[in-house]
Amino acid sequence: MTPLAPVSGTRKVALGLAFFALFVLAWSVATFGGLVSKTFLADPLTMLREGVALFTQFGFAKDVGITIWRVFGGFILAAVVGVPLGIAMGAYKPVEAFFEPFVSFARYLPASAFIPLLILWAGIGEMQKLLVIFIGSFFQIVLMVAVTVGATRRDLVEAAYTLGANASGIVRRVLMPSAAPAIAETLRLVLGWAWTYVIVAELIGASSGIGHMITDSQALLNTGQIIFGIILIGIIGLISDLGFKRANRALFPWSIN
Amino acid sequence: MRPLAEQRSGESRERGGTLLSALTIDGVSRTFAGARGGQPVEALLPTTLAVDDNDFITILGPSGCGKSTLLRIVAGLDMPSRGDVQLDGHRVGGPGADRGMVFQSYTLFPWLTVVENIKFGLREKAMPAARQAEIAAHYVDKVGLAGFEHHYPKTLSGGMQQRTAIARALANEPRILLLDEPFGALDNQTRSLMQELLLSIWESERKTVLFVTHDIEEAIFMANRVIVMTARPGRIKAEVAVPLAHPRHYTIKTSPEFSALKAELTEQIRVEALKTAGPGA
Repeated sequence: MTPLAPVSGTRKVALGLAFFALFVLAWSVATFGGLVSKTFLADPLTMLREGVALFTQFGFAKDVGITIWRVFGGFILAAVVGVPLGIAMGAYKPVEAFFEPFVSFARYLPASAFIPLLILWAGIGEMQKLLVIFIGSFFQIVLMVAVTVGATRRDLVEAAYTLGANASGIVRRVLMPSAAPAIAETLRLVLGWAWTYVIVAELIGASSGIGHMITDSQALLNTGQIIFGIILIGIIGLISDLGFKRANRALFPWSIN
Repeated sequence: MRPLAEQRSGESRERGGTLLSALTIDGVSRTFAGARGGQPVEALLPTTLAVDDNDFITILGPSGCGKSTLLRIVAGLDMPSRGDVQLDGHRVGGPGADRGMVFQSYTLFPWLTVVENIKFGLREKAMPAARQAEIAAHYVDKVGLAGFEHHYPKTLSGGMQQRTAIARALANEPRILLLDEPFGALDNQTRSLMQELLLSIWESERKTVLFVTHDIEEAIFMANRVIVMTARPGRIKAEVAVPLAHPRHYTIKTSPEFSALKAELTEQIRVEALKTAGPGA
């Protein structure tokens, strides 16, 4: 292999699938071969059977729907407030000086540690789940957007000034469009993290959702269902990520190399 | 806030009235604060220059002589440490649409197409869309970009990007056009073609132009006056009139008059370049 040499499209897909196949193979050997007790790890076939049963007998589709709603609800709330604040911080240095130290501090506060507090404040209803996602996403979005906007090419800003742009023209017609693709990329990244927060939120004090199903299955020692739930989250995450990538490519054709 | 600066500006406005120049650069100097408590750096010594209507002035000097600093001060992107700049008797306090600028780096807005880039300043003025389109089409044609109106900058060559940048600056109808080594990053052939293009636009539209370059041939070919600057800290060393007739054809570069000017300026610049290069060079 030559360092940095590109790999062809079909070969790339084949290599990627090969690892999945290898992974399932190792799992099959461990479970079917009796290397691991069935109590602790279900085999792939049991996992699939349990998955089908979840949908046909236990109305799992509703749980999946609720979890997706929570992720997007909390994420969109965080984006609606976080993106404008990030832009304001990136554009205006006094605004940044005011908020940045606190936001930097807040983003290291683990969202999951807030769950007991949020249950006290907001109960175990939907508001509590949305708040966990919000806290986990908001500070990350604000900081990354602020950095992106603040890093706008200075020569573009200067060019706009010599073309007669005023402060609001600079923000709306230079800083924002210039930062838009990187902001979209930030949102894609944070949405991925939001998926981890939602499951944690559902593990504690929830009566529905994928995370709730996982806790229930743990009590019943049903590792097939647990693994099915985990894999399903991975698949949904992958689909939303691909959707985001596609949308970004369609929205910002000028920024692709 | 700066009482002394105000006083100076009032004083020179009176003088400006008698000069009748479009642009007056009056005792402008620039000192940069030293990095990490080091010595302050003098980039530009007090410089005085008057630019008349329809002048095409090139500022020629070795690298780092403060010629770009001077241009940025005229554009309002940098503030002079002393002295002031006046456009039609009004003191320059910041950047504005009356001083269009073309930069050495490619500064087209990458998210806008060629024609949208050209319309940028017109949009800022809230001009009606139909009028914007009309003006943009005129300048697309003028700089020879017909057929590329809807291309994004990343798909254009360096020369085409700079042609768009010139069109974008001209479309705004600035009082004076400032160019900071706009062809510096282009290859020689493209560079010559761009010089001819800019010169033909100036000949037909009679714009007032201030053009910074370190290329002697470029400085002579386009200008009616060449300002030679010294090595850092920069100041005006000489002013050379270029009495070559217009319209100028590129073949003029091989004429005896051109060669004589070139020899004179080469000598002036060489002395300065040697100073920058240091002893033993």
